[in-house]
Amino acid sequence: MAAAFPLRRLAIDALLGGLIAAALALPMLGFRLVDSAQGLSLATRFDWVAWAAVIVASGRFALGSLSHLLADRHLGLPRSAQAFIASLGAIRPKAGWALIAIAATLPFMPFSDRNVVDKATLVLIYVMLGWGLNIVVGLAGLLDLGFVASYAVGAYSYALLATNFHLSFWLCLPLAGLLSAAFALTLGFPVLRLRGDYLAIVTLGFAEMVRVVLLNWQSLTGGPRGISGIPRPTLFGITFVPEQRVVFLYFVILALALLTNLFALRLRRLPIGRAWEALREDEIACRSLGLNPTTLKIAAFTTGAMCAGFAGAFFATRQGFISPESFTFMESAVILAIVVLGGMGSQIGVVLAALLLVGLPEWFRELQAYRMLAFGGAMVLIMLWRPSGLLSSREPTISLERL
Amino acid sequence: MTRALLDVDHISMRFGGLFAVNDLSFAAADKAITAVIGPNGAGKTTLFNCITGFYRPQTGKLTLHHPGGPMALERMADYTIARRGRVARTFQNIRLFSRMSVLENLIVAQHTTLMRASLFSVAGLLGLARYRHAEKRAVEKARHWLDKVALTDHADEEAGSLPYGSQRRLEIARAMCTDPFLLCLDEPAAGLNPRESADLNRLLMDIRDQEHIGLLLIEHDMSVVMGISDHVVVLDYGKKIAEGSPDQVRRDPAVIRAYLGEEENEELPPEVIPDLKDLG
Amino acid sequence: MEYFLQQLINGITLGAIYGLIAIGYTMVYGIIGMINFAHGEIYMLGAFISLIAYLAVTTLGAGSVPFGLLVALAVTMLFTSLWGWAVERLAYRPLRNAPRLAPLISAIGMSIVLQNFTQLTQGARVKPLPPVIHGGVTLMEGNGFRVELSWLQIAIVLLTLALMLGFTWIITRTSLGRAQRATQQDMKMAALLGINIDRVVSLTFVIGAALAAVAGLMVTLYYGVIDFYIGFLAGIKAFTAAVLGGIGSLPGAMLGGLAIGLIEALWSGYFSIEYKDVAAFAVLVLVLLFRPTGLLGRPEVEKI
Repeated sequence: MAAAFPLRRLAIDALLGGLIAAALALPMLGFRLVDSAQGLSLATRFDWVAWAAVIVASGRFALGSLSHLLADRHLGLPRSAQAFIASLGAIRPKAGWALIAIAATLPFMPFSDRNVVDKATLVLIYVMLGWGLNIVVGLAGLLDLGFVASYAVGAYSYALLATNFHLSFWLCLPLAGLLSAAFALTLGFPVLRLRGDYLAIVTLGFAEMVRVVLLNWQSLTGGPRGISGIPRPTLFGITFVPEQRVVFLYFVILALALLTNLFALRLRRLPIGRAWEALREDEIACRSLGLNPTTLKIAAFTTGAMCAGFAGAFFATRQGFISPESFTFMESAVILAIVVLGGMGSQIGVVLAALLLVGLPEWFRELQAYRMLAFGGAMVLIMLWRPSGLLSSREPTISLERL
Repeated sequence: MTRALLDVDHISMRFGGLFAVNDLSFAAADKAITAVIGPNGAGKTTLFNCITGFYRPQTGKLTLHHPGGPMALERMADYTIARRGRVARTFQNIRLFSRMSVLENLIVAQHTTLMRASLFSVAGLLGLARYRHAEKRAVEKARHWLDKVALTDHADEEAGSLPYGSQRRLEIARAMCTDPFLLCLDEPAAGLNPRESADLNRLLMDIRDQEHIGLLLIEHDMSVVMGISDHVVVLDYGKKIAEGSPDQVRRDPAVIRAYLGEEENEELPPEVIPDLKDLG
Repeated sequence: MEYFLQQLINGITLGAIYGLIAIGYTMVYGIIGMINFAHGEIYMLGAFISLIAYLAVTTLGAGSVPFGLLVALAVTMLFTSLWGWAVERLAYRPLRNAPRLAPLISAIGMSIVLQNFTQLTQGARVKPLPPVIHGGVTLMEGNGFRVELSWLQIAIVLLTLALMLGFTWIITRTSLGRAQRATQQDMKMAALLGINIDRVVSLTFVIGAALAAVAGLMVTLYYGVIDFYIGFLAGIKAFTAAVLGGIGSLPGAMLGGLAIGLIEALWSGYFSIEYKDVAAFAVLVLVLLFRPTGLLGRPEVEKI
């Protein structure tokens, strides 16, 4: 039996929403600070406030009506949408291979121009970073807000080694990873005993420290000007012309990313991977089984950092130029968002989230100013919609029936 | 008389001004089940936490008579006691790795062995045979214990989704997968119905007789305590008030008083003194 | 000596401002165990709103400067509290029972939204305000250096003290404060006893936002320049202060704020100004190494 449409309740709800929106909007939307030669003054835009109130009120009314109608008719999401989301989990292994196939053939597709491949390269860098951070946050459950520091160390390591000692990219790549790992190791020792949220702020602070050092240690890092003229990689001595180089770089990052993925997947099936997940679940139970949490945490941290180091080296070589501006907290936030939005522990989830968070905004580059606003809004909305991430179920790493 | 496996020697644990455990001494014998009982708040779990290294007692010694030599537990870290001392434990509030499968829980318990076999993951990453064999052996051991606790059919299910009784059994199986010399169980029968308690009794006696290890047990369920213990230690307000065989302890007036809370100078005629097992 | 005193004065003033922001972080963390990443942006909004409010009041010819400032203070606290309330209601409350990282990501997202909202609505360039409160006293003179204590600095410290005392009174003496402390210690039990958790949490956010608003006004007057990015740096430092003082402790937040302010002032005065932002942070790491729960924090005993 359909319940009566609660017009009065929804109307009051909408009205209240509109009023609150007006109050919120009044100072910042209603007034504008105008900086002129005479100093600071105020201009008014009260119509914006009115619009904000109207939009919020009607939005609330619409959403309220919609949820009433859906609940009333016992409808959820349309069946097709529900089935689709459910099927995502089931087809996962096949979806993985499909994505790899698409990625491998992307540069050869009819619609792929230099721009597309370039954007895809950027997405892949973030996918690789996401897979690396996934080891720290997703597997071991460590809240690392300073991942960008390891990324920066990798990038600057390669840049300095390449420009000062003229070592090839392929030689520097493992070195960059090693240096990043060593950096994380030194930082990790004092810090990993700390409780989860304290660890978060300390890692955040360390990353900021790294950025400030990069900015100010001009003799080493070139300060705000950064390091330029970073050589591009060659393949067995072949140097590429720019058009070909874009494709070459794309395949390099694709290979690196896939290697990272393979590495992470393997680790998960090894004792260390299981120990990380156990640590995330219950540290005290781990201790009671003889596992040393600190060693495990350091291992996770260092491994994640190594992956970030590789990604950093690639980033440096792709750009040809790096500066501290590329290594802000924002980057750590984006990578963390990719991991969490993807559903921690889910490899494909990371790919989807990277496409969503990095790929889409790139496509909307024109709306530059609104891009970041939309990005932040997307983070909030996706968390509200699916707090466990887009794809968050867990597959056991070992099974009795399969043996 | 089997020798002592664990010597608790004048252990005191203080929190601020409160003595949770006060100058406690007793011995837990090897290849035997020792039960520690007492009213709530008597300090039993605190004692366990001291033995297993989660708390550091202010005074006293805890000596584990390990086959490789005596170990001073009071100075060792919790994970070292577990790893080198081979002391395993279960918890009052079950601590499983809820989102991992039953089998995975048991495999994690064998982490140390597997890590060594995988040469800190290197052999594992390369897929070397020595690691693959070690993993296979680990699964076999897990299967052995799964059979013992009748959870083989649930091996691939999420540990957190098991019913309560099964989770308790899983925790014991996980502890046994570490090949301990001393198994400490914190209220293993809590929340179990009589049939499950009887099964638990069988399991624990089985472990004592077949694995030849010592068990230390905190319990409130008197049917478990009286039914299977070889030795009982009674605590009240952190102090030991009685010790002996189950029969001795059950008739000890001091023990009954602790549970019933009678006035200290009240004399009860013998026929009125209840049997402890009726109080459980 | 004189130079040192001056840095001390500057440091205490700065510390008062950080302390006010830190209280918001520590109260929210204490009650729902979450790092409110957007709190720095609430402070930034407070700064902007205070600037707008003050200009509005003076343009309307409201009379004397103190009156204008008082009105601006009240208006700022009102609107910024509303924003703080709204952020909690929209982005955190629905996630109260979600996995631990969800509210954090939501908070980071909210922080980005607020930063860019401000940038879009008010422009990306810095907003300067000519000094409103002039003058002060010269405390002493020596070695060719004058130690000056401005009226503004005195006002900031006094106002902070008054707010601290006021809120401590509220927390310890009123039923509202008791409900807040109870919820902080055991949320489920407090709910069972009839405390309206949602209201208590909202109140916590509102108080935190109000204090951050005051800090925003202070910064606008003290530095004369604000932009949409000030929330981020101040946020990290204030959270560092909260952790340094012992998270969950109100006096700890103030103490931590003072410490951070002093460290920053003394470091930039005696060493280098480029690295001042990290000096305080380095101190935090050192403190956490030896006292993981902070200076006034109570070690949390986890039941095993």
